[in-house]
Amino acid sequence: MEMNKGEVASIDQYMDSTLDSVDTAETLVLAAAEKAGVHEDDLHKIGMAVRECMVNAVVHGNRYNAHKKVHITVSATALRLTITIADQGEGFDLSDLPDPLAEENLLRHSGRGIFLIRAFMDGVETRRLSPSGTEVKLIKNLGPS
Amino acid sequence: MSVKLGTRQVGDVSVLDVAGRITLGEGSSAMRDALSDMVSKGQKKILLNLGEVSYIDSSGIGELVSGFTTVTNQGGQLKLLGLNKRVKDLLQITKLYTVFEVHDDEAGAIRSFS
Repeated sequence: MEMNKGEVASIDQYMDSTLDSVDTAETLVLAAAEKAGVHEDDLHKIGMAVRECMVNAVVHGNRYNAHKKVHITVSATALRLTITIADQGEGFDLSDLPDPLAEENLLRHSGRGIFLIRAFMDGVETRRLSPSGTEVKLIKNLGPS
Repeated sequence: MSVKLGTRQVGDVSVLDVAGRITLGEGSSAMRDALSDMVSKGQKKILLNLGEVSYIDSSGIGELVSGFTTVTNQGGQLKLLGLNKRVKDLLQITKLYTVFEVHDDEAGAIRSFS
């Protein structure tokens, strides 16, 4: 993907439900974000959010099913980086997750992924897909802070 | 491989040196296996040196927490050494910075076990 800093970036790919796809997606998005002029501090946050979201899609959504894909899109403008990650699983409800910061949950092994995604991105939206699957939209504002 | 691990003994403290990325898959499972091995050998004073860890995800954090609870439940202590700013920030965001005892220098960390 060749473009100048701040230029519109675009990715639209279907990936296998494997952990290798998690690494690939992170690399692809970071390359696009860097070329779009995203600040270095934000690159790390975006990379982590994409990784956590891809893990959810591969592990919890598609359950490593070789017949199911993860659809990732990235678009960037001078003002906003938008990433969508969609699985083909049975769907999940983000509003029904235990608070990982609650005293009783602090020492739980898992349950921090969605929390980190929300902490690192400016916007997180989810929607159920038909006939199956969940799409998570991650938004990072790129305007002057 | 995403992560490299090495163990060494400093007095009665077992140090696990971790380098690279602790992420879901090889990275987090390798660290889990190394900690389990130390616990199974009866080691009660464990210093986890994360000085060369460049990246940790929620799965890696989960392994840190599991290691901490396992060692603590066995009557031992697990402490952290040498967190870089990003790992430190991550532990602060997740409120775990106050759960772990974190040290910046190894000599001080070793002394703190006695």
